Amino acid sequence: MEDAIIETKDLTFSYPADEGEEPVPALRGVDLAIERGSFVVVLGHNGSGKSTLAKTFNGVLLPTGGHVYVDGMDTADEDKLLAIRRTVGMVFQNPDNQIVANVVEEDVAFAPENLGVPTEEIRRRVDEALRLVDMSAFVRHAPHLLSGGQKQRIAIAGVIAMEPACIVLDEATAMLDPVGRREVLTAVHRLNRERGTTVVLITHHMNEAEDADRVIVMDDGRVAMDGTPREIFTRVEELRAMGLTVPDTVDLLDRLRRDGWDVPLDALTAEACADAVFAAANK
Amino acid sequence: MLKDITLGQYFPGDTLAHKLDPRTKILLVVFYIVALFCAKSLLAYGILALVLAVCVRISKVGLKSLVRGLKPVVFILIFTGVLNLFFTPGGHTLVQWGVVRISAEGLRNAVFMVLRIMLLIMGTFLMTYTTSPISLTDGLERLLNGLKKLHVPVHELAMIMSIALRFIPTLIEETDKIMSAQKARGADFESGNVIQKARALIPILVPLFVSAIRRAEELAVAMECRCYHGGEGRTKLHVLKYEGRDLIALTLGVLITAGIIALRQFTV
Repeated sequence: MEDAIIETKDLTFSYPADEGEEPVPALRGVDLAIERGSFVVVLGHNGSGKSTLAKTFNGVLLPTGGHVYVDGMDTADEDKLLAIRRTVGMVFQNPDNQIVANVVEEDVAFAPENLGVPTEEIRRRVDEALRLVDMSAFVRHAPHLLSGGQKQRIAIAGVIAMEPACIVLDEATAMLDPVGRREVLTAVHRLNRERGTTVVLITHHMNEAEDADRVIVMDDGRVAMDGTPREIFTRVEELRAMGLTVPDTVDLLDRLRRDGWDVPLDALTAEACADAVFAAANK
Repeated sequence: MLKDITLGQYFPGDTLAHKLDPRTKILLVVFYIVALFCAKSLLAYGILALVLAVCVRISKVGLKSLVRGLKPVVFILIFTGVLNLFFTPGGHTLVQWGVVRISAEGLRNAVFMVLRIMLLIMGTFLMTYTTSPISLTDGLERLLNGLKKLHVPVHELAMIMSIALRFIPTLIEETDKIMSAQKARGADFESGNVIQKARALIPILVPLFVSAIRRAEELAVAMECRCYHGGEGRTKLHVLKYEGRDLIALTLGVLITAGIIALRQFTV
């Protein structure tokens, strides 16, 4: 692809095994190109390799075979590591283990401080990052007193303050309650829209993929499906075979179809689904 | 119950004592300790107690919370007092019962020693009460900056300190959770003698350590992902700056300390 921010070439990865055991490959040849400015969701059940894939995107894990290029830089090139990390920011599952300081603004300032950004510019970036995640009211708060969703938004702000071209969320919503999950999703969608930041969201919640530009489904270390949410979710049988639950709307429409109703499968939002059922019932 | 523990016990406020640069406050405490160890007369102790009283007044920290800070050292205070009172050799004898003998010298030593420890602890507490842990570590890092030339890992030590402070509430919360989980399985932390009680702590400590190590690993990766590469070339969101009030406070501190040392010349 011409304008790819992240590109993988025949990427394989195996975790080091105990002595005498065969290493089990977590990734078995992945060729992907993440387009600049897009919102990509990577789906997969536990052990599908989706989290391993994410960790190769900024050199946390180095490929055991093949290459990963970030903005044209090979992640295996140690001299470029800092440049790669500031291009692709990463947010992890547990917000508690990512927050470094005990005041919100100090934590958000951590990355720009590391990069040697001048003080006034740090101030501007911190305020801007907190505005983007809608946490401006909490500048002087202590992170451990915030809710899970709020903490995770602080962690995201801490990455945004680096001004990365791409942000990877490695199951960043997995530990959150539904409210916190929605808060985080709103924040990253806004980031994608307002800043044009590329977002790669790793998750096993199907619903989070509804508004994505592109959905990639991982299974057994390989890319099993790749397309728009509409294309992916209509392949109900295949998704079920991979141990993934389809969104509730698609599930309902699928059952109705099997009962002989004439409804489309690709109504993803609750409204579209209701309209489709209403239209079919009136026929 | 564990949630009440706060380390460093910082009381937020907006007084002059809070606004002083942390480096100034650390230096002032050092001066104060030097002065305490140089004080030899009742007058000198009187002056130092007065100085502390004035500082406490400015900081608006209640005297009660300061005195509460003395609680853990009551034993040491009594011990030091008694030891000095009875076992100071020589001097003019005041009372004598058999082998027990109290001399004027001993009484003097005992009073001074106890006063010294009390003032020292209260003075240091006043600093931690009025300075947030983060600015305290920041101040320490900046003060010891010169030691970097001697290859002392000043930045790393300050980083370790601030991360430790950051994780105290997290680990306390975790301890609470583990305790509840073990209690739910019938663990008993309250009954039994000291050894049994200590034994009962093992099922809490082991999971706590395991999780702390896992957290440390994740935090290290997250820090690296945010481009942490040591103290070199780092900038700061809040830059410490000496103001006029810091200069005045430091001058006063130097003058008082010098005065106390000078007083030594005039008393026996």
